[in-house]
Amino acid sequence: MYEHDVIVVGAGGAGLRAAIAAHEEGADVALVTKLHPVRSHTGAAEGGINAALHEEDSWELHAYDTMKGSDYLADAPAVDTFAQDAPEEVINLEHWGMPFSREEDGTVSQRPFGGLSHPRTTYAGAETGHHMLHTMYQQVVKRGIEVYDEWYVTNLAVTDHDDPEDRECHGVVAYEIATGEIEGFRANDGVILATGGPGQAFDHTTNAIANTGDGAAMAYRAGAPMEDMEMIQFHPTTLPSTGVLISEGVRGEGGILYNDERERLMFEYGYANNDGELASRDVVARAELTEVNNGRGIEDEYVDLDMRHLGEDRIIDRLENILHLAEDFEGVDGLEEPMPVKPGQHYAMGGVECDENGETCIDGLYAAGETACVSLHGANRLGGNALPELLVFGARAGHHAAGKDMKEAEIQTGYSAKSEDGDVEPPVEPGAVGASSEDAAADGGSAGTMVEPDDVIEHTIDRERQRVEDLMEGDGINHAEVRSDVQKSMTATVNVFREEEGIKEALRDIRRARERYEDVSVSDPSRTYNTDLIHTIETRNVLDVAEAIALGALARREFRGAHWRAEYQERRDEDWIKHTMLAWNDGTPELYYKPVLLESQWKEYEPKERSY
Amino acid sequence: MSTQTEPETEVEEAEAAATETESAVESPGDRRRREKQDRATEREAERAEAEETLDEEETVQIKVFRYDPEVEGKREPRFDDFHVPFFKGMTVLDALIYARDTYDSSLTFRHSCRQAVCGSDALFINGRQRLACQTQVADLDAETIRVEPLPHQDVVKDLVVDMEHFYDQMDAVEPYFDADELPDDEMEQQRQSPENHEKVKLSTRCIWCGACMSSCNIAADDNQYLGPAAINMAYRFAMDEREGEIRKEDRLKIVEQEHGVWRCQTQFSCTEVCPKDIPLTEHIQELKREAVKSNLKFW
Repeated sequence: MYEHDVIVVGAGGAGLRAAIAAHEEGADVALVTKLHPVRSHTGAAEGGINAALHEEDSWELHAYDTMKGSDYLADAPAVDTFAQDAPEEVINLEHWGMPFSREEDGTVSQRPFGGLSHPRTTYAGAETGHHMLHTMYQQVVKRGIEVYDEWYVTNLAVTDHDDPEDRECHGVVAYEIATGEIEGFRANDGVILATGGPGQAFDHTTNAIANTGDGAAMAYRAGAPMEDMEMIQFHPTTLPSTGVLISEGVRGEGGILYNDERERLMFEYGYANNDGELASRDVVARAELTEVNNGRGIEDEYVDLDMRHLGEDRIIDRLENILHLAEDFEGVDGLEEPMPVKPGQHYAMGGVECDENGETCIDGLYAAGETACVSLHGANRLGGNALPELLVFGARAGHHAAGKDMKEAEIQTGYSAKSEDGDVEPPVEPGAVGASSEDAAADGGSAGTMVEPDDVIEHTIDRERQRVEDLMEGDGINHAEVRSDVQKSMTATVNVFREEEGIKEALRDIRRARERYEDVSVSDPSRTYNTDLIHTIETRNVLDVAEAIALGALARREFRGAHWRAEYQERRDEDWIKHTMLAWNDGTPELYYKPVLLESQWKEYEPKERSY
Repeated sequence: MSTQTEPETEVEEAEAAATETESAVESPGDRRRREKQDRATEREAERAEAEETLDEEETVQIKVFRYDPEVEGKREPRFDDFHVPFFKGMTVLDALIYARDTYDSSLTFRHSCRQAVCGSDALFINGRQRLACQTQVADLDAETIRVEPLPHQDVVKDLVVDMEHFYDQMDAVEPYFDADELPDDEMEQQRQSPENHEKVKLSTRCIWCGACMSSCNIAADDNQYLGPAAINMAYRFAMDEREGEIRKEDRLKIVEQEHGVWRCQTQFSCTEVCPKDIPLTEHIQELKREAVKSNLKFW
């Protein structure tokens, strides 16, 4: 068994920042990650990092834009904390050598981005995430922080108290991909989940193949609720054939969207009369699909994003990476012709419920970044707000886990924060297959009343060894088809436009997939680098997060932010300024609601109509 | 809810439940293994059939290196052929994923982002180091695509190589920003001119894929040679005006060592294969010049 003060699972932006923060507090911290850190998907982020750096800008304005962008589903304490901490985090990065794009006077450049009242987005070309990831990994190396790379965390070692709020997380169990060794990692002060988003629940996504929602699914099964899972952002500009992202930076620099009649659709059809292409992402994504549905799409599938008028010099200076992406992945020369784009799954606003310090309701278990839902983004995330979230809340989780004295969180977590029962009627039972026979704290916990950390970890190790052996020994079906069916169903029905029947169809498909998953096995008999096994375990996580997304989508009977419902065409503030919460409940999920906090110790927000 | 403390019991129960209709003669394990073997044979037959029904015009053949040190029949390296349906825009990574998910789930390769930023899938494709995700099948213009692990690196399994040596060489150049001094005010930015940013920009694009190192003859012969990626990393910091002169001297000393920049014979193979178009050879040459200048100062 390995032992550290703080274990960080995942080594993308949030994980690296959390590890550095814990180290700053003097903790013995280790990163455990299924990829080498520089392979993490933070590296694919293109656009930028929002922070109020200019004198004429302020954290209050940044917070206001973020709350408005969230369509009033974000929690004010999260939003205000975020906007206040972001500038310092950006300067940290600069001091760590981040190659930001620069002004003539040598200061960091900032550009306009969708939904922002001020040009607030710092960037490094159109490869901001790559530079942020590498800059922070460099600092991890400099500090000598231990990294267990290509170790796949398969489960959390959590005690088995009946009430999840009494449970404690003592560590994780991980599988070394190169050797097949299964080991426990004891965390004396905390486990921070920073495993990224659940994009692989969808077929057409900008996310990496590794983004299977592992952390969210593990925390959920261990008893930490998932929050606002229906809130999925579909990025308006992804390449049709692969889902590769074309940065919002293109529109920030002046790129224009055209339909097949070469009309500037955002203005021509009144989708966003002021901000046009720079309206919030959900607005632009719906505009594009509406054009396609009304017969004005190109090849009935996509619209054009044109940047030729910006001129070759400016494009090469600021958006060169976009030219390579369009060429390599769509065969289009962005200097000569418009680039085809359509909406693609991009980001999960929801995730593991936690507070401003990253704490979940389980003692010693933290979540940060896309895995988590603080909630900062509410019903829609603004472009350029994901990377600073990784920094701000990664740092806070790392500091808190390492014992730094921090302000008590205003946000409440756990079932005790419930304000209202759920009223969702899924067409099939969600949750574990044969939940009644599955033992307590299904996958997350240990059995009995085990409380000694080492016992809990040893027990979890045994369980995971047995699980792996069962999968290896078994004689069943390949997981790939199960995964692919769910992805297709989700993209067909729980997409930009959602209808009740479609969502129910997805839930039925997921149920069937869960039943088929009972029969999966791994046909590669090797202990050496067995990716068949890893992907099979991941698929279980994909099923859990996909189901949570679909259940949330069915429950929320209104149109707010990224969540559009055919039957409910309005934002219904009187009933729906509340978070959809989903508790695993030992295999029989329970949906309930908790209030949105529109007031923090600093500010109070009044819901307004969201126009751009 | 259960409060059992003996996990084995549950597993046995589950197994018992699953096998209660089985005869007692054959153990559950034997049965599983036998059926697994049967199933594998069946799958193999299905695969052959599936491949036969594919129209040759619409398929692409990939020839993939296979090796697994612990699996019977794979201990001797071999090549497996897969016929994969072709679609417009198909990359070599797409073809590998199709082959794995459809024909043989034990086919092993690293991949993640699919968009040439994670650097996981540098492979030796038709005799050249390339990222599988960035390589269009159509552009290869070949009847058969031969996919091998990166040369000059130890093969772990199939297309997966051991990257430890590559990472060690990166670590050897102290690959982190380390300024001589930072602004007194912790909210004060360091200044960097747009020109200096431009100078280091290409060097910062490295995605650690290892293609350059694998293509380099010198690195193949001299295991201690830092190699193009690590030297480029040193360049990235040495040329960044924010770090300062003292650190730069230290960095030049590192690259000047016996197995550093002077080993490079400017064959440009690294530059040719770099998927991010980093002018690696130029950067190595420039560090040679900087090192000479810096040495002259001390004479």
